[in-house]
Amino acid sequence: MNKIFIIIKREYLSRVKKRSFLILTFLTPVLIAGIYAFMIWMMLKDDTESRTIAVINESQLVEPVQSKDFTTFKYLNNTSFEDAKAQMEEKDYYAILLIPENILESKTAELFSYKQVTMEVKSEAGSQLRDHIEQIKRSKIIAQANMPDLEEKLAATRTPISMKTIKFGEGGEVKQSSTEIAMAIGFISSFIIYMFIFLYGVQVMRGVIEEKSNRIVEVIISSVKPFQLMMGKIVGVAMVGLTQFIMWVILSGIIITIGTAVVLPGVDMDSLQQAKTLSELPQGAASLNADQLKMAQDLLGTFDFGYVAGILGAFVFFFLGGYLLYSALFAAVGSAVDNETETQQFMLPITIPLILAMYIGFAVAKNPEGSLAFWGSIIPLTSPIVMLVRIPYGVPVWELLLSMVTLIGTFLFVTWIAAKIYRTGILMYGKKVSYKEIWKWLRYHN
Amino acid sequence: MAFFEAKDIVKQYAGHKALNKVSISVPKGSIFGLLGPNGAGKTTLIRIINQITGPDSGVVLFNGNPLVPNDITRIGYLPEERGLYKKMKVGEQAVYLAQLKGMSQKEATKKLKVWFDKFDILQWWDKKVEELSKGMQQKIQFIVTILHEPELLIFDEPFSGFDPINTNLLKKEILELRDKGATIIFSTHNMGSVEEICDHIALINKSEKILDGPVDQIKKKYRTNTYELTYTGEFDKLEQVLKSDFEIVEQQKGVEHNTLTVKLNNGSTSNELLAQLLPYLNIVSFSEIIPSMNDIFIRVVNENKKI
Repeated sequence: MNKIFIIIKREYLSRVKKRSFLILTFLTPVLIAGIYAFMIWMMLKDDTESRTIAVINESQLVEPVQSKDFTTFKYLNNTSFEDAKAQMEEKDYYAILLIPENILESKTAELFSYKQVTMEVKSEAGSQLRDHIEQIKRSKIIAQANMPDLEEKLAATRTPISMKTIKFGEGGEVKQSSTEIAMAIGFISSFIIYMFIFLYGVQVMRGVIEEKSNRIVEVIISSVKPFQLMMGKIVGVAMVGLTQFIMWVILSGIIITIGTAVVLPGVDMDSLQQAKTLSELPQGAASLNADQLKMAQDLLGTFDFGYVAGILGAFVFFFLGGYLLYSALFAAVGSAVDNETETQQFMLPITIPLILAMYIGFAVAKNPEGSLAFWGSIIPLTSPIVMLVRIPYGVPVWELLLSMVTLIGTFLFVTWIAAKIYRTGILMYGKKVSYKEIWKWLRYHN
Repeated sequence: MAFFEAKDIVKQYAGHKALNKVSISVPKGSIFGLLGPNGAGKTTLIRIINQITGPDSGVVLFNGNPLVPNDITRIGYLPEERGLYKKMKVGEQAVYLAQLKGMSQKEATKKLKVWFDKFDILQWWDKKVEELSKGMQQKIQFIVTILHEPELLIFDEPFSGFDPINTNLLKKEILELRDKGATIIFSTHNMGSVEEICDHIALINKSEKILDGPVDQIKKKYRTNTYELTYTGEFDKLEQVLKSDFEIVEQQKGVEHNTLTVKLNNGSTSNELLAQLLPYLNIVSFSEIIPSMNDIFIRVVNENKKI
C-alpha cells in the first residue's frame, strides 16, 4: 500500500513541477481575467466614440431624432441626398439617415454608410424614430378621446410580473427555486466534469504510453503490481487536475477582485451594468434585466445550506466517479499501443459515450424528468454528466442512489477489465494490437 | 544446495505454449546462464520468477520456500527492455526506483551516492536522463538493480548496448557480487560471455529445456574426442600409416607448421595416436579440441530441430 503512495507522489510532483503546468495554471486565470476586462473595456469604449450622423428629413416630422451621448444627429436642410453623400468624407459624417416623406405609412427609414453601421447607432436611430411616431399617434388618440390623465392611466396599466417558482420540499416546507439558476449550475458543473475527464484521462493515457515507450515499465512492475502502477497514475493525475482546478478558481477570483477594485475605481457598477445590458439588449430591456438580476439575488439569498452542500457533494462524487471510470479505460488504451498515433481506433468507444453524454445533457436540461433523463443518469458511462444536469432540479433519492451504486459497481468492473488489459499490454512491444487481440488478453489468467 | 528452483513450469498463452514443463535449479552463490534462441521462452520464465506473470502450473521455490509477493525485495531484475523516465532527474529517479524496492529515501540516497561515485557518474546526479548517453543510462539501470543488495539477481541480456570497456566493468561487478554471496541468473544468447562467467547453464529451446548442468560437465559431455596437432616436416602418406581407429578430419599446410585434426574412434587413446605418429613427424603441439558453448548451443538446437 505504501508503494502506491510513492507512485502517486511521483506522478503528482513530476507533473506539477513541469513548466507547462505552472504556465497553464497561472496564465489561464490571467487570460480569463483578461478576457473579462477586455469585454468590459469594449463595452465602455464603444460608448465613447463620437459619431456624427447627417439626417435628411423629407417627412413632416419635426426633428424626430435627437443627439444623445456621443451620437450627434445633424439635420441637413435643403441638401439633396447626392450632395450629402459627396460631403460625407469632408464633413466626417459617420452615416446618412434618410427619413422618407411617407414614413408613417412605410414605417421604414434608411441608414447609408461606407462602413457597417454599428448596432448602437442603428438601434438608437430606430428607437428614437419609433418613440417619436408612437408619441404623435398617442397624442392624437388622447386628444380625440378627450379624457384627462389618460396618459398616466395608460402608463399605470403596465404591470411587469416576476414569476417565483416554489417547489414543495420533502417535509412539506416550500422552497423557492429558479429554473435559470438550476440550469446554469447543472450545465457548468457537468461541463467541468466533461472537460476534466477528457483532459486528464488523456494525460493518464499519455503517461502509460510514455512508460511503455521508454521501456521503464518492466523495471517498475518487477517492484510493484501493475495494478498499483495503474491506480497510482490515475490517482496522481486526478490530484494534478484538482490542484489545477482549485488554483484556477482561487486565482481567477483574486485577479478579478483586484482588477475590479484597482483598474476600474471610477466606474460604478450600475453604469457598467447598464452599458452591458444596453449593448446586449438594445430595445430598452435594461429594466427587465435588472428585475431578473434582483430575483436571482433574492433566490441566492434563500438557498438553504443543505441544498448547496448536496449539489457540491454530488458534484465531487460524480466528478471522481466519472474520472476514475474513464481514466481506467484511457489507461487500458495507452497500454495496448506503442505510440499515440495508434490510439485512434481505441479512443472512439471512449469518446463517443462522453460526447453523447454532453448532448443528452442539453436535452435533459429542457426536460429533466423524461425517460432519456432517467436512463442517461443511470447508465454509468453518461451518468456523471447527465446526473449533474438533473441534480439542481431535484432528483428522487432512490434514483440518485441507484445511479451512484451503478457507477461504483461499473467502476470496479471496468478497472478490473482495464487492469487485465493493462497487465498484458504494457509488456507487448512492436505488435499491432486489434480488438480481437485484446479479447484474448482478457482471457489470460495472470 | 539449490537456492532457487523452478519445477515443471507450464505457461500457456492463447494459441501457444511459452513454457512446457521447464525445471531449473540454481545453486547458491553461482552464476546461472539461461540460454536459448530468441522466442524460446527465457523472458517468460524470468517474468515468472519476478512475479510479473504467474505460471499455469508448477512451483517456484525461493530458498526452499514457495515464492511470495514480498520476495521481490530480495530479487534484483535488469530486464532486456529497460529504460528510464527521460524527463526526470537522474538522482531523483534512482531514489524513486529504490523506494519502490522498499528502501527508505535516506538509505537509498546514501547508497546511491556511493555507487555513483564508484561508477564515476556523480556529476550527473542532477541532470535529466535525456541528456545522458546510452551507456551512462545503462550504468544507472545496473546500479538501481543491485542497490537493495538482493540475494538473487536476474540479468536479461545485460551487455546489449554496452561498449567493450563498460562490458568489462560490468562483468567485474557481476563476479564481485557473486563473490559476496549473491546468486545470479543470467539470460543471454551471447555465448562468449557465458563461457567466461557462468558456472551452470540451462538451455531452453521452443518452450522446453533441452540441456542443463555445470558448464564444465556439459563441455566434457559434448567433447568429440578430437585432437589438434601441429608439426613440422613433410609427410603426405599419413592415411596409410594411421590405423582405421584414427579418422583424419582436416589437414592443413601452414607457413611454419602444418596442422592436423584427428578424431579418435573406438576407444583409442591419444597416446596411441602419438606413438603412431612419432616416427614420422616432428610434433610441436598437441591438444584436445574442447567444443565452445557456441558450438554446443548450435549443435543441440539443431539436433532438437530434427526430432
